[in-house]
Amino acid sequence: MNIPTHLKYAASHEWSKAESDGTITVGITDHAQEALGDIVFLELPVIGRVLKVGEECAVVESVKAASDIYAPVSGEVIAINQAVADVPESVNSSPYDNWLFRIKPSNPTEMAAQLSALLDADAYAATL
Amino acid sequence: MPERTPLYAAHLAAGARIVDFAGWEMPIHYGSQIEEHHAVRRDAGLFDVSHMCALDLIGPDATRFLRHLLANDVAKLATTGRALYSCMLNESGGVIDDLIVYFFTPTCYRLVVNAGTAEKDITWMQAQLAGFDAKITSRRGGEDESEKKHALAMLAVQGPQVRERFWAAFPASRAATESLAPFHACEWPTDKGLWLIARTGYTGEDGFEITLPASAAAEVWQKLIATGIKPCGLGARDTLRLEAGMNLYGQDMDETTSPLDTGLAWTIDKQDANRDFIGKSALATRRAAHQFIGLLLLERGILRAHQKVITPLGEGEITSGTFSPTLNQSIAFARLPIGSIGVPLGSEVDVEIRDKRLKARVVKPPFVRNGKSLL
Repeated sequence: MNIPTHLKYAASHEWSKAESDGTITVGITDHAQEALGDIVFLELPVIGRVLKVGEECAVVESVKAASDIYAPVSGEVIAINQAVADVPESVNSSPYDNWLFRIKPSNPTEMAAQLSALLDADAYAATL
Repeated sequence: MPERTPLYAAHLAAGARIVDFAGWEMPIHYGSQIEEHHAVRRDAGLFDVSHMCALDLIGPDATRFLRHLLANDVAKLATTGRALYSCMLNESGGVIDDLIVYFFTPTCYRLVVNAGTAEKDITWMQAQLAGFDAKITSRRGGEDESEKKHALAMLAVQGPQVRERFWAAFPASRAATESLAPFHACEWPTDKGLWLIARTGYTGEDGFEITLPASAAAEVWQKLIATGIKPCGLGARDTLRLEAGMNLYGQDMDETTSPLDTGLAWTIDKQDANRDFIGKSALATRRAAHQFIGLLLLERGILRAHQKVITPLGEGEITSGTFSPTLNQSIAFARLPIGSIGVPLGSEVDVEIRDKRLKARVVKPPFVRNGKSLL
């Protein structure tokens, strides 16, 4: 199971990466893609949507099931990965390269607290 | 404690992802459900279906009993090895289960019923046997030594290349099976016991379903894989059967629906007016409550069971939905309002998927047969 140490994780199997420009990039973990099986459709949030931490904001559908994706931090969706929406199976082959969306946090102080509430690689591995 | 088939260790060795299916630990896929689906459509795939339950019905009244028990009529099975698909109904015409019955002699039949319904089915059949001289025996195995000794496993090999590959693995079976017509079976004696090889399946492809002694299953499984037949899990089995227009018990039908509600009116045989089968009188007054039809999603998304369908005649519901790997778009079965004429084929309806309404076209199943789109 691939769990990169430079990312943070939610128990609901999203990974989050703090970018140098202050935004947060979000995707799903290797464990999530494997559990879902062949991914065939992604429903990504609309750019400009303002999310609250823990809010349902995207759906990953495999052949067998639909799975909700939750916002790891509060903020505005500033980008979605349309290329991966067009080729959803790329999430299966490379879940950490094929991010789903980016959030610009609404409040940097709040974001720091929300990020620190996420799991590091070891803690996430322990939940699996 | 979940049940396991004789091939559980073989599944793990082949890299299976195991899930619970009706109390059985079964492979959902061995890496990619879509690759397994394509293997069956384009080449050859192998399924462990030993979780399904084979029942032997033996006795002087076997034929008379089945003519009473089943909505389809076993009287049409005049030659040894012929198979028949039928619903088993309750008194109100609801479907207790769907099954395949194989005819050997008028006093000897084999029935194959679904995994999740097997116990309920056996209880129902035992209750109906009063007054008939016949006995039902489960061949799925059990706790005592005699049951274990007689336990059977079931393998399905499906796909356009399956026959050649099967004969490559078991050359001596060719003479017995080469002229086997669809929905016919033959017994084939081997040094590891008697096999029943049937030209039946659940994928819309040509193939065989093989019932054999459980003790021989692992060796046969390996031999078939060695010919290049790909092991396939229940995930691919579901997408294949939906493309092929085949119902799944518990999803597309159950005890609250009659065969009329689920596209299975053709399995009710009323040719012999004197035959009184369970559910017949209820069906005489029961009309189809719904139109059972196929949907093809015209936009991006995935149709799933229980999504609401909005039509000019009112609301309907999807009973089975999935992504179709062959068509590369989403398909479903749905129960739609019937009105006076039903929703016409080719018309467009809306499906509610989360907070959106997406367009779908009403089509007649099956969607795919022998690897080709029928749309």
